[in-house]
Formats: sequence, C-alpha cells, structure tokens
Amino acid sequence: MNSENFIADHVKNLPRSGIRDFFAIVSEMPQAISLGIGEPDFVTPWKIREASIFALEQGKTSYTDNRGLLSLRKEISKYCTSFFGPDYDPVSEILVTVGVSEAIDIALRSILNPGDKVLYHEPCYVSYAPSVTLAFGEPIPVATTPGQEFSLDPEAFEKAWQPGCKVLMLNFPTNPTGGTADREKLERLAKFAKEKDLIVISDEIYAELTYEGDHVSISSLPGMKERTLLLHGFSKGFAMTGFRVGFGCGPDWLIEAMMKIHQYCMMCAPILSQEAAIEALRNGTEDVLQMRDQYHKRRDFVVRRFNEIGFNCHLPRGSFYAFPSISSTGLNEIDFCHRLLREQEVAVVPGTAFGEHGVNHVRASFSTSYDKLVDATDRIEKFVYCLDSENKEPAAV
Amino acid sequence: MSDLLTVLQDTADPRPEKLAKILGSTPQEVENELEELRRNKTLLGWMPILNPIQGQSEQVRAVIEVKISPEREGGFDRMALRISKFEEVESCYLMSGGYDLLVFVTGKNLKSVASFISERLATIQGVLSTATHFLLRPYKDHGHLLAEETENQEKPSISP
Repeated sequence: MNSENFIADHVKNLPRSGIRDFFAIVSEMPQAISLGIGEPDFVTPWKIREASIFALEQGKTSYTDNRGLLSLRKEISKYCTSFFGPDYDPVSEILVTVGVSEAIDIALRSILNPGDKVLYHEPCYVSYAPSVTLAFGEPIPVATTPGQEFSLDPEAFEKAWQPGCKVLMLNFPTNPTGGTADREKLERLAKFAKEKDLIVISDEIYAELTYEGDHVSISSLPGMKERTLLLHGFSKGFAMTGFRVGFGCGPDWLIEAMMKIHQYCMMCAPILSQEAAIEALRNGTEDVLQMRDQYHKRRDFVVRRFNEIGFNCHLPRGSFYAFPSISSTGLNEIDFCHRLLREQEVAVVPGTAFGEHGVNHVRASFSTSYDKLVDATDRIEKFVYCLDSENKEPAAV
Repeated sequence: MSDLLTVLQDTADPRPEKLAKILGSTPQEVENELEELRRNKTLLGWMPILNPIQGQSEQVRAVIEVKISPEREGGFDRMALRISKFEEVESCYLMSGGYDLLVFVTGKNLKSVASFISERLATIQGVLSTATHFLLRPYKDHGHLLAEETENQEKPSISP
C-alpha cells in the first residue's frame, strides 16, 4: 500500500507550519522561558468560567441552533454595534463558530471557486495562506513593511491586484506584528475594494487589545457592511482560547452560505462555550480592560528592552506581540531562534513562520509575567553580547 | 498611583535592580523613590504572604466584632487607636452596620487569643460588647488562592 496515494495532492503539497517544527524542539526543553505563546497568560475570568459550570449543572448539554444560541447572537449584535459600529440582525446576519479559524475556513469555502485569488497582508497569522489553498483559491501575499511599522498599506494592495482577485483578507491588529490600520488608510482600502468589487474578510480578533487610539473596523465605513465579513471571537480579548468560540457577522447571503457548510461539518459551537460567551459579553468588559492595561505595560517594557539590546523594534499598536528585527546580530531569524533556545533557553518564533516577509524578524509574545519578561530579556541581552564577542574574536590563523 | 507602586504590585521580586529594569530607570532612582514613599508613609513595609495551610504557622486567628461607645470629642478614633495598639491586633477597621470595629487578632494558641479578648479587650472602658469568630480554614488570602488551581501542563509552549 502506498500511503502517498491516499493523501489529496493539495494537502500533500501544503507546507508544514514553521511553528510546528519549532514547537517540537521547545517541547523537549521544559525549563525554557517561552515568549512563543500565541494566547493570553491569564486564565479566563472566573465569572465566565462559572457561567459555563452553571450551564453544565443545569443540564445544558444539547446541540444548539446551527447559527448559535439566539441569546448569544443578540449579545453579539449589541456588542458589535457598540464596539465595531455596524448593526447586525441576530437572526440572519450572525453565525457563531468554533473560533475564528473555523469562520475563516468556511468563509473561504463559501466564496471561492477554484482559482479565485485572495489578497492578504503578510507577515500574518499562519493559517491564512493554507486556508485559501485548501479552498482551492490562490493566495496573493502583500507585504507590510518594517518602515511602516507593519501597518496597513492600501497602495501595496492596489499594486498587487490582478484579474481574478475576489477576496481581501485583513487582520488588524495583526498577529505577529502588532500592526494596525488607521481610518484614513481603511477608507482608501474600502474605496479600492468597492472599485474592484472585492469581498473583505476582516479578522479583528485582537480588536480589544489596541493600545493607541480606538480600533476602527472596515465594516463600519460607509458602504462596507454589505461587502465585509467581520470575524471576531473570545480567545484573545477575553482570554478564552480553549473555549473555541468565535463569530462571523456579515450580509445574510454570505452568512447563509457559511451556515450550510457549518451545519454539515460542525453542527454548532459547544453549548457550554456559548453560555460562557454570553457571560463574557454581558459582564466581562471590565476584565478585558484590566488585561489590556497589563499587556500595555508589558509591551512598553519589552519594546524598550529590545531596543536597548540593539534590535530595531517598532511599538506594536495592538495585539500582544513584539516583532523586532534581529538583523543587527548577523544571524538569520531561524538560526537566531535555534541558538537562543539552545544557549539561553528562551523561545521566540522565527518571523518567517508567518510568511516570507517576516524575514530577519522574530515574534516575541509579551503575554507573560513581568518576572519572566525581565529574565527572558536579560538572557537575550546576554546572548547578543556573546554573539558580539564571537564576531570580534580574531579569525584563527 | 505612581508607576513604581503599580509595578510593585505586579511583580514578586521587589529588588531595586529589577524594578529599575522594568521602569527604565536606575536602581538608585528606585531606591530614592522607595525611600520617599517610606518617608511619607505611603509604603509601610514588606510582608511575605505565607500559605497558612502548609503548616508553617500554628497561629490562631480570630475576627472580633466590637461595639464601643463613641466619645464626645474623639468619636470612635481614640478607642479604635487604643485597641489597635495591642500587638495581638493585626488589623482594625471602623465599620458601618451592627457593630463599630472589626478587629483581626492573632495569637499563638486558642487560649492566648481568648484571654486577650476576655481580659484585655472586653475590659476596656467604652467597649460595650464583643462577638468573636475564630478562623477555621482559609481559602483565599491577600488575593492568593490557597488551594491553587493546577497549572495546565499540556498548554503548548509555542502556539500560533
């Protein structure tokens, strides 16, 4: 039996995630300080966990409506109006999903015909290009650049456009760069999307973790609600990664198409997670603000330390990642991460795990305690110092 | 609240060198600020938080509700301060509601706490009554859960 024959070509050709390879190494070093974690270090606020326990005690163990509990969709609708801007009908314009990842997958599968092209910015979350490929689309990466602090560059999108483009995928604030999108640039991008008749899939999972100014959603701009799928969830802002609950808000025809796939392959998001999400939206906002304040302080510390160490590190305006350039060390990002882990037992993630435009950068999460951040940055400083000494040593004759 | 006080509450390690790193200042500047905070009685001292159920301490703690009669010129303050000065008294608060002072008392055993209450506290002129509650088992102290949740050992150390 040739097992290769039984794996579909488009899956066989999918590259392994760079994160997965690195994870295998780090998992053998339990003492290492990891700045490679892409999730909050806070445990879900107790009131949210307790709501889920209470639901279990009440015997809420059934399926829900495929679209999600109506009571949750009503809360989502209220939250979206107050936080993002647009009004969404809880009955027809909101779908509760198993995290934003599922929403991205079923959105792309709903929209794309084989060969349709998807514009997205890079460096970006690891699943974007594979999700497009798995939906038989063609990913077209558009670079965001260190010179612009990895923020939205509408001009780059305009230049990258080509016939066959159907979707524009956005993720601001961005994992891994912390880049954001200001209103003016979003307005220009919205104009471009309308001119080229593009659907926008906007993953705004880090929206609550915006440190400078207010988060602006492209869905709130005039004429954009009808062509934007707003994706959001509870994993990051509410520290609920393990609950696996997210949602999509958009035009009813798109939500209906996504629902068709969702009902056949997922049925519904777990009811206990949905109950927890209701509590999060009703009473969790204060907890979100407290966590954001903590991330904000840690961000300022980490960025300052990285720049003191000699990296070029911009100030991430959102998310909980710093994305410094390590080119001053003379190492590429892969060697840097491997040697740092081996020599100082600190894990950061190579920037190219998030696409080739992450070259010469690493992602360092500041979603960890001050004490660990101080220790980790001290070790990184020592590592860089040793590298410098190495480079200064005269060559052996 | 100053940046230093905020950071002090977020870190388990109050060494000036470490605080200076977090704040982007020098250890000497941190020392100076700490000294000023001590001088103006904002910072009263350091206290390790021990887990009482780990058997490190056999001390007995009690909470006492005390009713007192206010005095013409001092109100409750003079009585409250007088009670607070006993070394057995850990904390003392003026309360609204059915009694006036809530007093936390510690002693090396039940007998010593009982004799403090009956012989010293209850006999002070102006103390009208006391109601004593001995603490049996703590669950949370100074924001720390004593039966700590188990850390998720399977949480990945690298995730996307």
